[in-house]
Amino acid sequence: MFRISPEPLDPAALQRRLLDPRAGACATFEGWVRNRNDGQAVRALDYEAHATLAEKEGLRILAEAQAKFSILNAVCAHRVGSLVLGDMAVWVGVTAEHRGDAFDACRYIIDEAKARVPIWKKEHYASGATAWINCATRGPASGIPPAKPQ
Amino acid sequence: MTKSIHVQYFAILREQRGLAQEKITTSAATASEFYDELRGRHGFTLPADRLRVAVNDEFAPWGSALSDGDRLVFIPPVAGG
Repeated sequence: MFRISPEPLDPAALQRRLLDPRAGACATFEGWVRNRNDGQAVRALDYEAHATLAEKEGLRILAEAQAKFSILNAVCAHRVGSLVLGDMAVWVGVTAEHRGDAFDACRYIIDEAKARVPIWKKEHYASGATAWINCATRGPASGIPPAKPQ
Repeated sequence: MTKSIHVQYFAILREQRGLAQEKITTSAATASEFYDELRGRHGFTLPADRLRVAVNDEFAPWGSALSDGDRLVFIPPVAGG
């Protein structure tokens, strides 16, 4: 299951979807909203997604993980909406007979999801500035300069 | 030949356009030509090579021919997680 969720994520409920008597390992990853990015103090994030495309691309990633690793099941849920520090933005859980494939598949899913799934993140800085991450078109190529306050 | 295209905007493109969707009549032959037309009209900062395009809810090549009634989404650089 890959789901875009406007509601807060419930890790216990997500993990229950993975229960399987064959599983000897369950690796999970939680992405949280943190208070700094690129040297800027962050106070909140907005996430938005193209839900239809995101869920299609997300399911492709889960299928790839099933093909590449020896796992039993995999679930990923990503929040959209306005989040504050400490909120959970993404949850990934993978079950397998053994821990190696569970860890590897969990890492694969979060890395691919960040790179490919149509989800966008707007950071709100303590300074009052905001920026859509990865969408800057000016300034140093290596950095993401925040927009000037409106 | 002109066609009517439904466009949906997300993230930075939605803010730069000032709306989330619209219907546009265009004579652009491909998704690429259509983005160039919209970029010229609305001043989008992102060049096409930083975007992907989806036609009718599937990722598609920039050279895709447009048909009347197509639904297009230009996908800015993503940043989940």
